[in-house]
Amino acid sequence: MTYRNPPTTPRKSATFDDYTLSEIRRAAATGIYDIRGAGAKRKLPHFDDLLFLGASISRYPLEGYRERCDTSVVLGSRHAKKPIELKIPITIAGMSFGSLSGPAKEALGRGATLSGTSTTTGDGGMTEEERGHSKQLVYQYLPSRYGMNLRDLRRADAIEVVVGQGAKPGGGGMLLGQKISDRVAEMRTLPKGIDQRSASRHPDWTGPDDLEIKILELREITDWEKPIYVKVGGARPYYDTALAVKAGADVVVVDGMQGGTAATQEVFIENVGQPTLACIRPAVQALQDLGMHRKVQLIVSGGIRNGADVAKALALGVDAVSIGTAALVALGDNDPRWEAEYNELGTTAGAYDDWHEGRDPAGITTQDPELMKRVDPVAAGRRLANYLKVMTLEAQTIARACGKNSLHNLEPEDLVALTIEAAAMAGVPLAGTNWIPGKNGF
Amino acid sequence: MPATTLSKTAAHDPRVFDLDEMSLRELNQALHNLAPGSNETAWEVLNPKGSHSVAVGVDQPVAIDVRGSVGYYCGGMNSGSAITVHGSAGPGVGENMMSGSITVKGDASQYAGATGKGGLLVIEGNASSRCGISMKGIDIVVHGNIGHMSAFMAQSGNLVVLGDAGDALGDSIYEARLFVRGKVDSLGADCIAKEMRTEHLELLQGLLDRAGVTGVKPSEFKRYGSARTLYNFNIDNADAY
Repeated sequence: MTYRNPPTTPRKSATFDDYTLSEIRRAAATGIYDIRGAGAKRKLPHFDDLLFLGASISRYPLEGYRERCDTSVVLGSRHAKKPIELKIPITIAGMSFGSLSGPAKEALGRGATLSGTSTTTGDGGMTEEERGHSKQLVYQYLPSRYGMNLRDLRRADAIEVVVGQGAKPGGGGMLLGQKISDRVAEMRTLPKGIDQRSASRHPDWTGPDDLEIKILELREITDWEKPIYVKVGGARPYYDTALAVKAGADVVVVDGMQGGTAATQEVFIENVGQPTLACIRPAVQALQDLGMHRKVQLIVSGGIRNGADVAKALALGVDAVSIGTAALVALGDNDPRWEAEYNELGTTAGAYDDWHEGRDPAGITTQDPELMKRVDPVAAGRRLANYLKVMTLEAQTIARACGKNSLHNLEPEDLVALTIEAAAMAGVPLAGTNWIPGKNGF
Repeated sequence: MPATTLSKTAAHDPRVFDLDEMSLRELNQALHNLAPGSNETAWEVLNPKGSHSVAVGVDQPVAIDVRGSVGYYCGGMNSGSAITVHGSAGPGVGENMMSGSITVKGDASQYAGATGKGGLLVIEGNASSRCGISMKGIDIVVHGNIGHMSAFMAQSGNLVVLGDAGDALGDSIYEARLFVRGKVDSLGADCIAKEMRTEHLELLQGLLDRAGVTGVKPSEFKRYGSARTLYNFNIDNADAY
């Protein structure tokens, strides 16, 4: 009987893991970078790394369900004659008609309106579905200016000048030919079926001094009625926030790298920009340094999932949050009920992100007339409203436990961090210590 | 003139706004307050002195004569009015114009007619870089020359240049038509010279007529447009992106 040396267990590389190997093979076979939807999927420091302290002997709580905990917020009070008043500090982020189906846009409007909050157009203009079903609609002013027109600008409730988004700070939009239907092509003044590449810079202004003049023009066109937001990707949140304020913004929107996109290169999504958690304190600090905190409102988006995330963002000094990916999930995106069809597309429920291909089994990220019938705008809008209600109740539960009669009274002192990274980013102590990395010389 | 009064000496005299005496806000608000069918169809703006956003968002068919030079975005989003700038215009004149017309008697700075959806923009002098950038249906006629990167990502409409064009004309162009009478320093990605057929000569003659250009024949122009090779991504064209 021959003796065989015991073998070692086959060992895969941590550097060249299965996903990396599959991507190298895919690139070699196709010669094109991978394009997908959604935001960064890598593990990042996030709100999960923060905990609330709750009440104790030194702080007493409010009675749950009895004592009032205000959730309302006013956006745009700096300059606008008609600021937006929201019942909850959770808004629906900009997502385009074109990337989303008409019924999906209608459902977002219905859900937001039922919840007393706003929804937002996207890089494709304003549709009748969303205007008609959205009590408060934010109209995005994008580099492409697809569908931009005077009538829609004046019937918007606020205007959001989009400089960038978290999934791709410095990148332009992308909508591949499969989704450029007749209606989408007409709204964007493009030939049907082409691969649309939006500009990454605005065509008629560059830099903060120009932006100030552009904002003045938008205010003059709309008779100073509407709040003007400036949205930036999570690149340089301190300076971007300060420059947006200097340019005259009523509201600054900062979108971290977990914020979704309809279609962008995977390499861009995963490697450019900063995590949402890392963006908040610098943005708040900029407002505080300028004496504009709570005067210019701050909205943060990118990976907001539940009421705890909302409460944590507000405790760090944010005025409101925006949700995109989570809102789509509430409508029915990536629902396991379509698992067989996800499998046919080579994926699985929960991982489907080829939103640019227009074959979404859930009927949300598609322009296919048959697939989009799967979205019942009334029922999907109701689900979104339910979800927003739950998030709000969750945030209120936490706020009352911290003794706060308004979500906006939450403060950094209510938080600790579980990791050194999160403590440094959020500027709150590491749990069990009074150490805030980077503060007091340490 | 007191700050809150308007001079109106006779029924058919223009309504005069002196920006030395009144604010830009008062001017634009008065223009926006115009009701359909208003008989205040003639307006005159004095002393613009480089003001930004003069006569933006006007949506009634009135004539506005601006006596002097303007800053950024004059006539932005114009919808139906006929604006004449008796001077030069700063960046973004006629940006996102929907309809109507804007005539600049002098020169225009960058981004003239950017993203315009319709109407006619006439620059009687020269236009700087990025003229007609991202245009979406507007017609632009420039009597002089235009700068570099003009008609970048131009989607629809017509750009007519009686003089010369700078570098990278029509880069990443979609379906806009470009007519240049003089030389073109260089064409941008996916922009090529195209045959001038009878229909284009007729179209161009119509544009010249609308812009009040005389003594110039359409046959003196060359036509440029999209080669359409970048409409759908092909890795072998990656160097062009």
